[in-house]
Amino acid sequence: MAQMNLVAAINDALRLAMKADDRVVVMGEDVGKVGGVFRVTQGLYDEFGEDRVIDTPLSEGGILGTAIGMALYGLLPVPEIQFADFIFPGYDQIVSELAKLRYRSGGEYPAKMVIRTPVGGGIRGGLYHSQSPESLFIHVAGLKVVCPSNPYDAKGLLLASLRDPDPVLFFEPKRIYRAARGEVPEGDYTVPLSKAKVVREAQGSKAVTVVAWGAMLYEAIAAAEEAEKQGVSCEIVDLRTLWPLDIDTVVESVKKTGRVVVVHEAPRTCGLGGEIVALVNEKAFLHLEAPPCRVTGFDTPFPYTLEMDYLPLAHRILPAVVATANY
Amino acid sequence: MSESPPSPRPSVLPPPAPEHLAELYRQMFVIRRCEEEAARAYAQGKIGGFLHLYIGQEAVAVGACAALQPDDYVVTTYRDHGMAIAKGMSSKAMMAELYGKKTGCSKGLGGSMHMFDAATNMLGGYGIVGAHIPLAAGAAFASKYRNDGRVTLCFYGEGAVSIGGFHEGVSLAALWKLPIVFICENNEYSMGTPLSRSMSVEDTSLKALGYGVERDRFFADDVNLVEHRIAAAVKRAREESQPTVIEVRTYRFRGHSMSDPAKYRTSNEVEEQKRRDPLLLARRELVDALGEERVKAIDAEVEAEVADAVKFAEESPEPDASVLEPTTYDGPFAA
Ligand SMILES: Cc1ncc(C[n+]2csc(CCOP(=O)(O)OP(=O)(O)O)c2C)c(N)n1
Repeated sequence: MAQMNLVAAINDALRLAMKADDRVVVMGEDVGKVGGVFRVTQGLYDEFGEDRVIDTPLSEGGILGTAIGMALYGLLPVPEIQFADFIFPGYDQIVSELAKLRYRSGGEYPAKMVIRTPVGGGIRGGLYHSQSPESLFIHVAGLKVVCPSNPYDAKGLLLASLRDPDPVLFFEPKRIYRAARGEVPEGDYTVPLSKAKVVREAQGSKAVTVVAWGAMLYEAIAAAEEAEKQGVSCEIVDLRTLWPLDIDTVVESVKKTGRVVVVHEAPRTCGLGGEIVALVNEKAFLHLEAPPCRVTGFDTPFPYTLEMDYLPLAHRILPAVVATANY
Repeated sequence: MSESPPSPRPSVLPPPAPEHLAELYRQMFVIRRCEEEAARAYAQGKIGGFLHLYIGQEAVAVGACAALQPDDYVVTTYRDHGMAIAKGMSSKAMMAELYGKKTGCSKGLGGSMHMFDAATNMLGGYGIVGAHIPLAAGAAFASKYRNDGRVTLCFYGEGAVSIGGFHEGVSLAALWKLPIVFICENNEYSMGTPLSRSMSVEDTSLKALGYGVERDRFFADDVNLVEHRIAAAVKRAREESQPTVIEVRTYRFRGHSMSDPAKYRTSNEVEEQKRRDPLLLARRELVDALGEERVKAIDAEVEAEVADAVKFAEESPEPDASVLEPTTYDGPFAA
């Protein structure tokens, strides 16, 4: 198996999908000749040509709107939005059209596509290159939202997303685009959507379930290693698909540990953590030993400086985990 | 209305008063040197994230702002450092913001794309392409509403002409006859994409035709020419409350941002463009008018100002974590 980073794994999945299925077209700003600002689509333009790897003008509403039209008439577009922060000029197309087409066409026109976009902080990008808008899309019924944390999952989840009948937002954690490395099998395979993964099991009675995804998974792991030294064991759940989420895996873990800490970069209020905590309360109330806890971004824009204070890094996760364990 | 394409070259233009040219040159040189210092600080890791340099385009900001009254408004893109300086903001506040320091114009929380200065009516740099264009129309609306005689200049790149915000902004400004000048800084590339691959026509000022407003188009080589042509549009805005759509043809000598190696163009092309560097042209003209000694003295003043700005940025404190919470809301929700 080849060692790859996240960028290479996603590139590999796109190439495979384009080879296997001529309905697949990649489109976006500088995705063709330049190969994308993060080089995720590098080489595709040369291999598949300008009709299938389309350099678009600066026009997110145009990109997403035309992608919906292409999808309605049988293509499988994979638009790239350069940064999730720039998706909002096209948000109307996603909210008002894409998410509702299956429903209002009586199931006849599902408008299948996968929108890829980098998310999250960690590159000192400040207000407009750092946001994590997952809950703005989850709240709109009709969309699936995926966020891989490693190259193996990234490739398998992207191939699964392309085969899933519904529109998928595929969020790529840019902080670990090159830092996350791992073995990736050659050829085709999928990682199922809506299946979380327990990446670290808890032992002993002083245990906490930590739910994380994307770049923050590694922070949760780092915090767990420190917590271990303080006699607290963490069971870490990598959500992988953010919506529809695998609440069964979370609940099963909480039933074992009695405690849960949810970590995400997005601001706290109305973040996905709030929904996860509500579901845990509904489904595992009598198993809880401590109030569910959230370690998140702040309810402010994402700052240029103080990025490492804003992000829910290990140094903020650790005290939350320990306090929850000792409640 | 100018239905025929406007001439790309000046007719006869009166030469600028030497002292005025000296001031324009000084501003352009401050911008150039600040940008070079910013690039250096970026390479040293003192400035992070995204840094979009204005090197090569200085004559647009300086020429355009020279056509304004002090309380007129300027709204621009993320490529905003030079614009802020041309509008009168201090190079210290600019540099400190790039460094993410508390003394920066956005208290260090914004960085490169967030140059705001209420004292000089610099209404900000904007990071989302096109979003600021309707907003600039709104500022012009407010001026008309209050009858305060102010004019708004709205700058954008040619890439922005493909996005809805541009059309919504110009359409409303035309309908409501707002005192605004829309200025496209056509530097030929929208990140890695040349204009020929992103638009069906090569002249962005043609978009004015559909909205029924005046238009103009010219090169930015000569800062004096920029001032005159923009001044005509500013006059139209101030006296007739009519918008104008302008395309200024310019070129950025550096990549889109510091992280762009700009492999989509040849070094020959860049060298060719550098020969028409508006800063050098202005300097040459100024030497002819005032002599080398005087220009050297101006250069020395500029170097001192820029060194001061860098020192100020280096020595200023970082914001502390207490500012994370209270900036979003005012009042009881602030904490
Ligand atoms: C809505 C939106 N989409 C994409 C981007 C990313 N982006 C920033 S600048 C830019 C190119 C803009 O080119 P142009 O308008 O010509 O201005 P220039 O950078 O050349 O000054 C792109 C694609 C963004 N900031 N906002």
